[in-house]
Amino acid sequence: MGNTILAILEQREGKLKKSAFEAASVAAKLAKDLNLNVQAVAIGSEISNLDEVAKYGVGNITHFKNDSLANYSSSAYTAVVTEFAREISADYLVFANTSFGKDLAPRVSVKLDAGCLFDCVKLEVSSGEVIATRPIYAGKALMDAKLKSAVKVFTIRPNVFKPVEESVTVEISTKDVDAPDTSTKVVEFKKAEGKLDVAEADIIVSGGRGLKTPEDFKMVEELADALGAAVGASRAVVDAGWRPHREQVGQTGKTVSPSLYVACGISGAIQHLAGMSSSKYIVAINKDKDAPIFGVADYGIAGDVFEILPELTEAIKSLN
Amino acid sequence: MKIAVCVSHVPDTATKINIADSGKEINPAGVTYIINPYDEYAVEEALKTKETLGDDSEVIAISVGNDANKETIRKALAMGVDSGVLLKTESQLDSFGIAKALAEEIKTQGCELVFMGKQSVDYDNQVVGQMTSAILDYSCISVVVDFKLDGNNITCEREIEGGKEVVATQLPCIITAQKGLNEPRYASLRGIMTAKKKTIEEKPAVETESNTEVIGLKKPPAKNPGRILGTDSSAVPELVRLLREEAKVI
Repeated sequence: MGNTILAILEQREGKLKKSAFEAASVAAKLAKDLNLNVQAVAIGSEISNLDEVAKYGVGNITHFKNDSLANYSSSAYTAVVTEFAREISADYLVFANTSFGKDLAPRVSVKLDAGCLFDCVKLEVSSGEVIATRPIYAGKALMDAKLKSAVKVFTIRPNVFKPVEESVTVEISTKDVDAPDTSTKVVEFKKAEGKLDVAEADIIVSGGRGLKTPEDFKMVEELADALGAAVGASRAVVDAGWRPHREQVGQTGKTVSPSLYVACGISGAIQHLAGMSSSKYIVAINKDKDAPIFGVADYGIAGDVFEILPELTEAIKSLN
Repeated sequence: MKIAVCVSHVPDTATKINIADSGKEINPAGVTYIINPYDEYAVEEALKTKETLGDDSEVIAISVGNDANKETIRKALAMGVDSGVLLKTESQLDSFGIAKALAEEIKTQGCELVFMGKQSVDYDNQVVGQMTSAILDYSCISVVVDFKLDGNNITCEREIEGGKEVVATQLPCIITAQKGLNEPRYASLRGIMTAKKKTIEEKPAVETESNTEVIGLKKPPAKNPGRILGTDSSAVPELVRLLREEAKVI
């Protein structure tokens, strides 16, 4: 094989996403531990911050450039990544487990006859093999596994692997794609009203039934604004139609691992806990001191959200 | 047109998970199994599509697993699916193994349109649809919240970070369903009664050797019980101080 690890970089609207640097940094670290070379590949039209990847230990970058590939096309992107991985005989591929990575990685792994482990929260090299840890049952259990195939694909959970700064010399080669197959393609992006997505946010403020009415979510939004956080919701309030499903955290919503998770008026059903208990720090504000959410919280206030939230928002604002 | 809907049989989301003595799978004792929640949206969309087409289209439910999966196939039949296929295996197939078994059957049946849940709430991989499509050279749109079929053309909205992508493609195609796609119907009493008479064909699943070696399962590390700082807003300054100085997250 080519003794190479390939990081696949995600761009949207001509800019690499934060998760792309995470994938690059993880690939660089694995390359070091396994004594392999590392490369990165990006697909799109213009990509303004491609050279920034070199800050995270990957200097050899290939940019497949074509205006018709500015937006994601599963058919074309699968073909480009598969062919490039074959051309350089990549042994390992690393994707971030974002909507993009989740859609693309399984297709590429089938085409490459590669085994794959998705949504990894830990990758460790032991006796020349990569041992991956991934949550299953929405985090109610963790699985350690390794791959037996010649080519191995890993996707990493966003926000878990902090990119490690290590500057290297950058060398970008730009290649054209001949008549890409865009039979499946994104024709439009409809931006959601909310500013930040729970899946990408470093801080999340979530609300539940304890908020009594949909209008009371304003308090959650204000605290989220003050913290620069995304707004999350429990299943109960999503099912009641108070909040859109994209905000739902838990087993039938999103599984998140932010640095800080603030649960407001959420009692902590097992499905909810499964989706957020791997957050680094958890704050719970809930009237019922026996609520299960306090079992996973680092800091709690067992009181009235209606009284505490506005005070907390003010206190945070006065810090800034 | 033949429409397939793939359904999986998974532990109820309210279930506590315990690890079996082997350390490599979960202990099924005391676990209630249900139809995978996302698959209900897939079944509903398959039925709606058949109704909209208004022709002689049929919907076939396919499941990979053991006899217990028949309960989940019956649930789909009770909702209105025409017939069921159980691809039998006693092995714990990984995502690729399941995709391979499904792909074989979809090909045999000649289904041009396939619906399935965006992920099973057990191994949470969210990849079987994409893998199946790559095996069959079908198109595939994942995490779909809006689906439109117009002749051969398909337009979907798929949920991504910060919004929705509008994706265009053509048949043959696999759609993976996300919550929000529709409101799944309840099985009527009549539906439940007729489901008992519908056939579930059983055949062995095509088995492939797995590329994954499971080393072991474990429970996530238990969190140390946290501190309750107070019962009213007088605890706010202390909370802010701890977040700043101890946790260093704000």
